[in-house]
Amino acid sequence: MKILIIGGGPGGLYSGFLLKKADPTHEITLLERNPPDATYGWGVVFSERTLSTFQEVDSETYQDITKHFVRWDAIDVQYHDHTIRSGGHVFAGISRKLLLNILQKHCREVGVRMKFGVEVSDLSDFGDFDLIIAADGVNSFVRKTYESIFQPSVTLENAKFIWFGTDKVFDAFTFLFCENEHGLFQAHCYPFDSNTGTCIVECEQATCQRAGLEKASEAESIAYCEKLFAQALGGHRLLSNKSSWINFPTVRNKTWRHKNIVLLGDAVHTAHFSIGSGTKLAMEDAIALVRALERHRDVETALTDYEIERKPVTETIQNAAQQSLTYFENVKRYFHLEPMQFVFHLLTRSERVSYENLRLRDSRYADAIDRWFMGSAVGTSKNGDRAGDAPRPMGNAFPLRGVKLANRVVWAPTAPYSAREGMPNDRHQARLGERWLREVGLVMTEPAAVSPEGRITPGCAGIYRAEHVAAWARIVASIHDSSLSQSPTKIAIQLAHSGRRGSTRPRWEGLDRPLRDGNWPLFSASPLPYTPLSQVPKEMGAADREKVRKDFIQAAEMADQAGFDMIQLHFAHGYLLASFLSPLTNQRSDGYGGSLDNRMRYPLEVFDAVRAVWPETKPIAVAISATDWSKGGTELQDAVVIARMLQARGCDLVTVLAGQTTIQAEPAYGPCFLTRFSDRVRNEARIATMVAGHITTADQINTILAAGRADLCIIDPPGDPPGNPPSDPPSDPPS
Amino acid sequence: MKVGIGLPTTILGTDRALILEWARRADEGRYSTLGIFDRFAYDSFEPLTTLAAAAAVTERIRLATTILTGPLHNTAMLAKAAASVDALSGGRLVLGLALGAREADYKVAGVEYRSRGRRLSEQLGALRSYWEENTFGPKPSRPGGPELLVGGTSEPAFARMARYANGYLHGGGPPRAFARAAEKARAAWFDAGRPDKLHLWGMGYYALGEDAVEAGIGYMKDYYSFAGPFADRITAGLLTTPNAIAEFIQGYQEAGCDELLLFPTVGNITQLTRLAEAVG
Repeated sequence: MKILIIGGGPGGLYSGFLLKKADPTHEITLLERNPPDATYGWGVVFSERTLSTFQEVDSETYQDITKHFVRWDAIDVQYHDHTIRSGGHVFAGISRKLLLNILQKHCREVGVRMKFGVEVSDLSDFGDFDLIIAADGVNSFVRKTYESIFQPSVTLENAKFIWFGTDKVFDAFTFLFCENEHGLFQAHCYPFDSNTGTCIVECEQATCQRAGLEKASEAESIAYCEKLFAQALGGHRLLSNKSSWINFPTVRNKTWRHKNIVLLGDAVHTAHFSIGSGTKLAMEDAIALVRALERHRDVETALTDYEIERKPVTETIQNAAQQSLTYFENVKRYFHLEPMQFVFHLLTRSERVSYENLRLRDSRYADAIDRWFMGSAVGTSKNGDRAGDAPRPMGNAFPLRGVKLANRVVWAPTAPYSAREGMPNDRHQARLGERWLREVGLVMTEPAAVSPEGRITPGCAGIYRAEHVAAWARIVASIHDSSLSQSPTKIAIQLAHSGRRGSTRPRWEGLDRPLRDGNWPLFSASPLPYTPLSQVPKEMGAADREKVRKDFIQAAEMADQAGFDMIQLHFAHGYLLASFLSPLTNQRSDGYGGSLDNRMRYPLEVFDAVRAVWPETKPIAVAISATDWSKGGTELQDAVVIARMLQARGCDLVTVLAGQTTIQAEPAYGPCFLTRFSDRVRNEARIATMVAGHITTADQINTILAAGRADLCIIDPPGDPPGNPPSDPPSDPPS
Repeated sequence: MKVGIGLPTTILGTDRALILEWARRADEGRYSTLGIFDRFAYDSFEPLTTLAAAAAVTERIRLATTILTGPLHNTAMLAKAAASVDALSGGRLVLGLALGAREADYKVAGVEYRSRGRRLSEQLGALRSYWEENTFGPKPSRPGGPELLVGGTSEPAFARMARYANGYLHGGGPPRAFARAAEKARAAWFDAGRPDKLHLWGMGYYALGEDAVEAGIGYMKDYYSFAGPFADRITAGLLTTPNAIAEFIQGYQEAGCDELLLFPTVGNITQLTRLAEAVG
């Protein structure tokens, strides 16, 4: 085959070499516009896993590359005058120039024709080639030529960055954070040979402007950054290589191939430097392409196969990169965290590294985290006294007003839908007090209705009749008494009104299905049915609002009489109070609709009324849908504002839920699917959060807590819910 | 975990004799369920009609559409057809519904392809109502009508499943792919506040015996030809040895699968016998 490779970076060279090695009859020409020794960027990093792939594919290049590696296993973070190290991460770095020289040497040996200083400006010159590999980098000429086919998107990310070398030899992958009068700068530094390292400096665009760096010469930029990071550099220099401040371009392409032309490496995808994967991806592309060409005789089929194999892998890495770059772009959000927590949060930013992973890599680091967490939990010293005496993060107490939760784990079982006329029964008691959960810090009831018509189904429990108090009191006592730990398990009641989601069948028959008969009238913020088959609710008037507010007050008073330690008000999942909050469900034109302030007005009136009668020493949590997962609905930034408003009124804890505002929502489910929402609410509104979202393991809980993404975690039982629907579902509509 | 077997109704050359023999023998064996595919624009049997025939020659085994392309059907007609198969089988029908992956099926059936997700959601709600309200007979054997499964791997599929169905049906792949989807299904189930058990179903393809492998691969490539070179990847998952089947079953069991259906890729009754020997 006659093959043309455009671009002599690692991806182009490696594919040339591997193709020629696989079939020496290939005629391969590689064109590179720069001279052989020119290179931009300093060092590249590979993980152990990438290296083992290289070894599998070709041991000689592998040995040449690894011979020159600098290996290290620590990550240092310098932040607020602290340096915190965590070990056991394995990285290897090499100078980009050296890597290119090695690959060039191997290409030459097998007979790839390389021409340097050749700029390709017209593809029609190459009509007689069987295959054209476009490895021509982030500004790919080939990609631009066939833009309508590849359908690329190039997103310039918000931050500005500059790529320097340095003669300071770091002994770890080092993150530096440095704030001056212009703003916050961060540097990502890693060594790549025994006397040189890479140092990428990044800051917000506005910071860059304020510092006058956008128009600065290279020398001025170097001088500025050397001064900025003087302490970390310890008298060493920053080295230039045509460095300038740019926005990171994230490249994606809908299609990767056109006839006999294929894109590879940065030409087809880029991933933010903070996860250091660009060169790795390009070289893996080369491997996949060569293998696909070996599998299929037909070039176009091979290119399709290559695309199918690489696209999902690339997307996964790009997602992780996106998460990482979003983290760094918003890192100031986490500057209130103490150094130990800040660093743990940074290390687990992609949600792919967990507490136990870090413990396995470096148990001393994990012990230090445990000690710090214990110290912060009890509000004493920042470091525990002795190693090994601190519990895992989830084992720490959590004080809320006068109530002290023994630990951070919360059990909130699904409703059994077995109540009659709102009366909780033995099934409720059994579910709340499940044996394996005796040691949780808090149990929480199902949403208990504040009135008969506030129930979701006729089988829902409530708290609106005098006899409910005694029934709940019995359950509260059983929870308080059953605990095995010294400090008894606390119990919270959720107070709710179903609004337009009321008058439905028990949920084992499906969600939001109106009763067969005996439906009761519904009301909501606006007269919009929840599903096409649902009843149209009445728009809530002043008298309705007053009645419901009083119902909540009465329910809170009863909850106190029953001995509950805490209340959670339900402002989420499309129930009555949620219907005021979301613009999707609140179309009112009075003072209770329109702006967020207006939409919050009624829910806050209810909150204030409850807070006023609920004992000062007992906490109140509020559950919110942090996003509606739907266009035009509540979004995360609104949730932050809502959380702040609640905090100002004396709310102690925000429980982060999402969705169910409307049935058109498109939720993204998976393990810990609400954690990132909780992270944002907690760290931006600076309020304690409780998070749900399919958390099933201790490792997940410890990771969430240690990183400061939430303060309490609601767990789902491993496996499936045990409940069996009763054969005779209750049916007693409110009269 | 229960293990069921698929009917060879999408394999070229399958006829009345093979289908009835297959159903009878599966019923005599230890399989929990007979599964069946739906592929409209293809040389294949219509699923509910075929399950009705299977119902007539079986006594015990459950009959499941895995899956039926819901939006291709008028919902009331589907409700009646399903209720009929349920009645004819003595309450053994499990109705699995999804969107299907093939646009051609919609084109040939003359049904709009866009907004099919919304239509499936509405269909799921409506089916139950038809059955429960006895809008028309026959009366389903269970109060709410047949058990409903929903398939699909798009994000909305999981919410749809948790909102309306009794379980989730995964479309095939290695155990780890099933495990990932199962976690999403569980997350959706708990989020929906469902108090009942979530049923998780998986599936795989097999061809047993040296004489069968090539034919099996040929079938897979043809069946998935709409997927382009991706067909090769699916084909690579074909289980061709008793060992591979045992590992596959174990992997699914560990991932929390409740019921695994193994589908033949060769239309020969010996494939049923060989699977019985392999599964034990």
